[in-house]
Amino acid sequence: MDCAPHIRVQAGDFDLAAEVNRLSAGRKDVGAVVTFTGRCRDEDGRLAALELEHYPGMAEAEIARIAREAADRWSLSGLTVIHRYGRIEPGENIVLVVTASSHRKAALEAADFLMDYLKSRAPFWKKEHPATAAEPGRWVEAKAEDEDALARWKK
Amino acid sequence: MKLVYFAWVRERIGREAEDVDPPGEVKTVADLLQWLKDRGEGYAAALEHPKVIRVAINHEHVDHQTTLPRDGEIALFPPMTGG
Repeated sequence: MDCAPHIRVQAGDFDLAAEVNRLSAGRKDVGAVVTFTGRCRDEDGRLAALELEHYPGMAEAEIARIAREAADRWSLSGLTVIHRYGRIEPGENIVLVVTASSHRKAALEAADFLMDYLKSRAPFWKKEHPATAAEPGRWVEAKAEDEDALARWKK
Repeated sequence: MKLVYFAWVRERIGREAEDVDPPGEVKTVADLLQWLKDRGEGYAAALEHPKVIRVAINHEHVDHQTTLPRDGEIALFPPMTGG
């Protein structure tokens, strides 16, 4: 099934219901819609905000490559990725993945695949701003397990 | 060629972008990182461990053995932490 991925890289928030609607309204063939929302945690009160830096141009291009691979591997009727950048406070949304398919398994697996690849391949970097203003911001370090997570998708 | 820097690579080097004209013996991404390292304190701090630096040429990930293009945009950045 051919699906044209919908990709946005933006400072502002997104509307989950509107994005689900985009992939399912008026469709009688869509049997499954999966959404994943990544949100900013407060780390038990230690975090005031995250600052997300991105590489404009490449961020969109890399997400498009990852989305194209997902669309090639699973039978999807729709696929949306929205990634925010800039200052994001605890409780706010960071990233949204929506996948739609006639069947559950394709939608679930594709969403999982997309998140694994977004974490390690999309050019975004998080800086933590601590709740105590005296401390300087700190760049989040990449986790080895995020890189390891990609191995399970290798064919 | 145009170089662009992100996250702590950008902060340590102290600029977002610059145009450079490396000598002819700088042929690969690894050569470029080695050459940049000697350009000053900020570069040395940013590129202390070249293996951790991720590189993209014209918006696509490449490995350190990749031959540099004649011109284009080369980005240097730390491992990504999005999602």
